Amino acid sequence: MSLNTNYTKLLKHLLIIAFGLLMLYPVLWLLSSSFKPNQLIFSDTSLWPKKVTFDNYMNGWKGLQGTTFGRFFLNSAQISVLSVLGNIITCSFAAYAFARLEFRFKKLWFSLMLVTIMLPYHVTLVPQYIIYNKIEWINTYLPLIVPKWLAHDSFFILLMVQFIRGIPKELDESATIDGCGQGQIYFRIIMPLLVPALITTAIFTFIWTWDDFFSQMIYLNNIKLFTVQLGIRSLFDPSGESDWGALLAMSVLSLVPIMTIFLSFQKYFLEGIATTGLK
Amino acid sequence: MSSLGKTALSRQNRTAYLFLLPWLVGFFCLTLGPMLGSLYLSFTKFNLLNAPRWLGLDNYVQIFNEDDSFYHSMGLTFQYALLSVPLRLIFALIVALALNKGIRALGVYRTVYYIPSLLGGSVAIAIVWRKIFDGDGLFNQFLSWFGIQGPSWVAHPDYILSTIITLSVWQFGSAMVIFLAGLKQVPADLYEASQVDGAGKVRQFFRITLPLLSPVIFFNLVMSIINSFQVFTPGYVIGDGRGGPLNSTLFYTLYLYLKGFSFFDMGYASALAWIMLVVIGVLTAIVFVTSKYWVFYGDGKDERG
Repeated sequence: MSLNTNYTKLLKHLLIIAFGLLMLYPVLWLLSSSFKPNQLIFSDTSLWPKKVTFDNYMNGWKGLQGTTFGRFFLNSAQISVLSVLGNIITCSFAAYAFARLEFRFKKLWFSLMLVTIMLPYHVTLVPQYIIYNKIEWINTYLPLIVPKWLAHDSFFILLMVQFIRGIPKELDESATIDGCGQGQIYFRIIMPLLVPALITTAIFTFIWTWDDFFSQMIYLNNIKLFTVQLGIRSLFDPSGESDWGALLAMSVLSLVPIMTIFLSFQKYFLEGIATTGLK
Repeated sequence: MSSLGKTALSRQNRTAYLFLLPWLVGFFCLTLGPMLGSLYLSFTKFNLLNAPRWLGLDNYVQIFNEDDSFYHSMGLTFQYALLSVPLRLIFALIVALALNKGIRALGVYRTVYYIPSLLGGSVAIAIVWRKIFDGDGLFNQFLSWFGIQGPSWVAHPDYILSTIITLSVWQFGSAMVIFLAGLKQVPADLYEASQVDGAGKVRQFFRITLPLLSPVIFFNLVMSIINSFQVFTPGYVIGDGRGGPLNSTLFYTLYLYLKGFSFFDMGYASALAWIMLVVIGVLTAIVFVTSKYWVFYGDGKDERG
């Protein structure tokens, strides 16, 4: 009987591994094809390139109209880092107020905050664009960064509210007895204990901002301001001939920061999804 | 209450509002204000250059009476949601069940299955997807081993939707991680007790696992519906960015984008946005109302979802 269960176990493992490889296949194909000479990308289907070249990376890096991918990467990094800072600071402030402080209309604000989580972006899109256009923020990074400094991603507030509720209230009370004010309680007690939730927020914000295409496309038309996503989309010509080697090479590079962050912070990341249902 | 207590309370009130200030500014300037603005604009004609011209209900009348693209894009988005949401959740549940019971190296598998969800939203993967399902792409080369000559899945209006749906189903990892966490909460003694009663695996699944998992399913379902109605990047990149071929990638958000940002008909785009809000609201409400009949909150401890 034990032999039998061992076989079933082995079979199950093999199935899970095979399915996992199938899942990863498109990513592996992208990686291997980025090292193949252009004329072999679609004829050489094996994952192991018959001939390895770095030309695609050299060609792709040149970018578009004299703006290199180095610039695009710096632009994306700048937007992402400033967004991360904005989100962890302002969302945690709001979360602290909702989770720990008493104030007038608290229930009303809290329910409004919950409702905004479900609100599709498109309902506010047009007026936002008109405002940004009027105050001449189009072709700047402000429309992409300022909302993050106004705690606009409410689900992070909710995530942190849940987290703060798990921190024992006795800590605040003893701090009050020691003469700490509300602000000090946040900075000395809550914030240090909130670090796991802050890291989760930081990782998600970074990845979503890095990957965001829609708002970057709407607000940025100047090629010098382009992000990695816009750069890749511009290299790609759906109707005609794209330089597939260069395109795939830059696609690989565009995924590197995300993969690096994910693999270094996996634990926080996967737990963050499990406990809050963030995408 | 003593006067001391009162001043402490009012001080707390002030501190609280200071902490809440960024969110409040954001709420009024980025959410409430623009929502009212878009409601107003939806009754006007506005092209950014001239002042908005009041039309009353004209935009809505035109959308419902004359606009074939509206019905087409709404239908396409429904089709996408109806197919991709259940498929993704079913895949997620099956894999979560397979990984759940004391499997070694669970962490590695969980990571591998999650990677598509992590990368899938990027332009890079959408481009890869387009290439894989192209006429001479990998998928057709695979089919050719079985002697099947596949079409160009991305060039043909009848097939491109299924290509985009596969991309979304491929990203079942995030739902799977949530299911795995939910499965961990199911007490093992429930299974033991039902085994003593002679219940088989299938019965255990329907009598124990599924009901106890229903709050998580509910949560995944609501979020998936809301997200799938906002799908943009895959359709935009896998198609040609204008809805082609033959409007087969004209998802609702793309139609809204084209109306607003290619034709600069901001009033019409706002009306489309409000219709979208109402549709998503109604669908979410339906899921909420019916949830009474299929979501079980066990001992009431797990109120998430």
